[in-house]
Amino acid sequence: MPDQPRVALFVTCLVDLFRPSVGLAAVELLEAAGCRVELPEPQICCGQPAFNSGDRQTTENLARQFIPALEPYDYVVAPSGSCAGILRTHLGELFDSDPDWKMRATALAARCHELVSFLVDVRGMRTVPGRLTARVTYHDSCSGLRELGVKAQPRRLLAAVSGLELVEMARSETCCGFGGTFCVKYPEISTRMVDDKLADARATGAELLLAGDLGCLLNMAGRLARKGERMAVRHVAEVLAGRLEDPPIAAVREAG
Amino acid sequence: MEPQSLAFRERAAAALQDPHLATALRRLESGWQRGRARAAAALPEFEALRDAAVAIKDHVLENLDLYLEIFERRFTATGGVLHWARDAAEARAIALRICREAGARTVTKSKSMVAEEIGLNAFLEANGLTVVETDLGEYIVQLAGEVPSHLVGPAVHMTRERIAELFARHHGGPLKRDSAELVAEARRVLRRRYLEADVGITGANFLVAETGSIVTVTNEGNAELTQGLPRVHLCIASLEKVVPTVEDAFTLLRLLARSATGQEFSAYTTFLTGPRRRSERDGPEAMHLILLDNGRSAMVGGPFREMLRCIRCGACMNHCPVYLAAGGHAYGWVYVGPMGSVLTPQFAGIERTWTLPTASTFCGRCQEVCPVRIPLPKLMRLWREEAHRRRLPPPVARYGLAAWAFLAERPALYRFVTRLAVAGLGLLGRRHGRFSRLPLAGGWTVSRDLPAPSGTTFRALWKARARSRS
Ligand code: SF4
Repeated sequence: MPDQPRVALFVTCLVDLFRPSVGLAAVELLEAAGCRVELPEPQICCGQPAFNSGDRQTTENLARQFIPALEPYDYVVAPSGSCAGILRTHLGELFDSDPDWKMRATALAARCHELVSFLVDVRGMRTVPGRLTARVTYHDSCSGLRELGVKAQPRRLLAAVSGLELVEMARSETCCGFGGTFCVKYPEISTRMVDDKLADARATGAELLLAGDLGCLLNMAGRLARKGERMAVRHVAEVLAGRLEDPPIAAVREAG
Repeated sequence: MEPQSLAFRERAAAALQDPHLATALRRLESGWQRGRARAAAALPEFEALRDAAVAIKDHVLENLDLYLEIFERRFTATGGVLHWARDAAEARAIALRICREAGARTVTKSKSMVAEEIGLNAFLEANGLTVVETDLGEYIVQLAGEVPSHLVGPAVHMTRERIAELFARHHGGPLKRDSAELVAEARRVLRRRYLEADVGITGANFLVAETGSIVTVTNEGNAELTQGLPRVHLCIASLEKVVPTVEDAFTLLRLLARSATGQEFSAYTTFLTGPRRRSERDGPEAMHLILLDNGRSAMVGGPFREMLRCIRCGACMNHCPVYLAAGGHAYGWVYVGPMGSVLTPQFAGIERTWTLPTASTFCGRCQEVCPVRIPLPKLMRLWREEAHRRRLPPPVARYGLAAWAFLAERPALYRFVTRLAVAGLGLLGRRHGRFSRLPLAGGWTVSRDLPAPSGTTFRALWKARARSRS
């Protein structure tokens, strides 16, 4: 592997549209870890909404689109456990009736990573640019945790953020109720789940709630905003990179 | 039982309003969920045991006909009578015939999910028999005129207060508050019925090919009384319960209780090998076993084969946040929770149940705790694919997905449209940072605000960054 690996940033559709600062944070962290980062096109979406809706055709169409764009890179990195989970664990499950594509998909899947675990496990990152004096708590998003084993890595890097105090919440591994389209198909159950999650987060006394998946973050921040609660919500990459110019998710930019 | 699964959302929404249910389900979380974690942590070889269990089950499924044949031979040699039932109707008819031939009026019954699967109680009762459930949870559910809401604890949805009211209503006497008193009362009522029964019906946790034995597991000892006191013992089990050896049964037993409740072993584990022999003083005069297929032999060769590894421990539901919010009755059929979302479409047809596999966030907790490592999310996704192929989800969902796919498959158009949308929403949401209402986002905004996009896409920022650097 070259000293300075070429990394394709798979920015994910939600980060692209809702929270570009997470993408910038990811780029800065990857560069700090000695990577050359590019944004190959076309890349729209990993196909998760289609895949989890049972629509394999669309999932495969989307994969056919981004696989050639990503293939030339040493690594593909996504700032999301669930999108990286699709790329790394499920890409190779596609194309059952198309061996050529299956081979390409499988080969690519092995080089796909979730951002924080990539930084720690592959690049050996131990120090981070971010500093933040705050009491924070961290939610383990499900796909990252269970499909990719993202658990110790974010904690390790958060411990390197000077000033930051991490307080573990009870049941940090319990789903927040997002689940992609689940949250709009079953809003009642989803709401109960996110309320339980937020109760656990609140009990830590943390002022900032972090996670590594924007879907979960939008869900938790959206619920907090609806209830008029003050806890701030951010993607873990923003804190690690020290990219905190944008207001927390669902909050307003301070006047002036 | 007609599946009510299409109404999952409505049933779950109603259940969420029930504070009794919430209390009861929270107890499940703090009790059995923690229990499993403790038991797993206390046994160094727990993970290795899981691997061994998977290997045993997979081996059996690969050689199912062989082991069933051996089991049949050995079981028959012990004096048992084996009946093969292709489907639920056949199994019910055989069960009724056996009861009639025994001249039965009252039958006692210990817990059996297969009996629930084939709707045995209702059928026997419609044919004039009195069926008495002897498992405490099943007995409670039967008194209440309900169905089980959990594989292992049929009445986990009920609080002690509700059970006390139910007992006072049916047994008479003052309202009892204490659990021990309630159990004692149920025991008093049930003891009488054991002696009146002509046939005792049980399920089976395992069937051992090597010895022709039926293995039952309970915490109340009621399976032993159910099979041992009446003249006739009728066991109903499904094909995949067979295991090669006694040792294999023990491997699975060591996992079963730990995964289910966190106990090291259930209070009563019994190996029944044949009816009473001449030299013996107790046990039933006759032992019948109905072996039910009901689509399982077809499953062996299909994509849902791994589901047949299930040992009915209930861990998947004890750990499922959807189950713990909605309760078992929301699922609308016999099997509930994650394993039910895979099995119910199998038995009741995907048309009438396609909602169940969609009622999951795919958080993966079920697979994480399943002792036989069944990839439940993957199997639910397979059902979603089947439902998608048959166009079962409502048009709104399908057209929404199709519209999104149309855009996502056209990158240039997608970039153009999303840039505009993000700019517009960014502008609109600038004041508050979020939306409390937005057209087409009703499912989201009923209970959550939608965080507003910042106004530019990452792509645009990336391009600007590249320009400023060159
Ligand atoms: S699917 Fe697994 S966890 Fe669920 S009941 Fe069956 S064996 Fe237990």
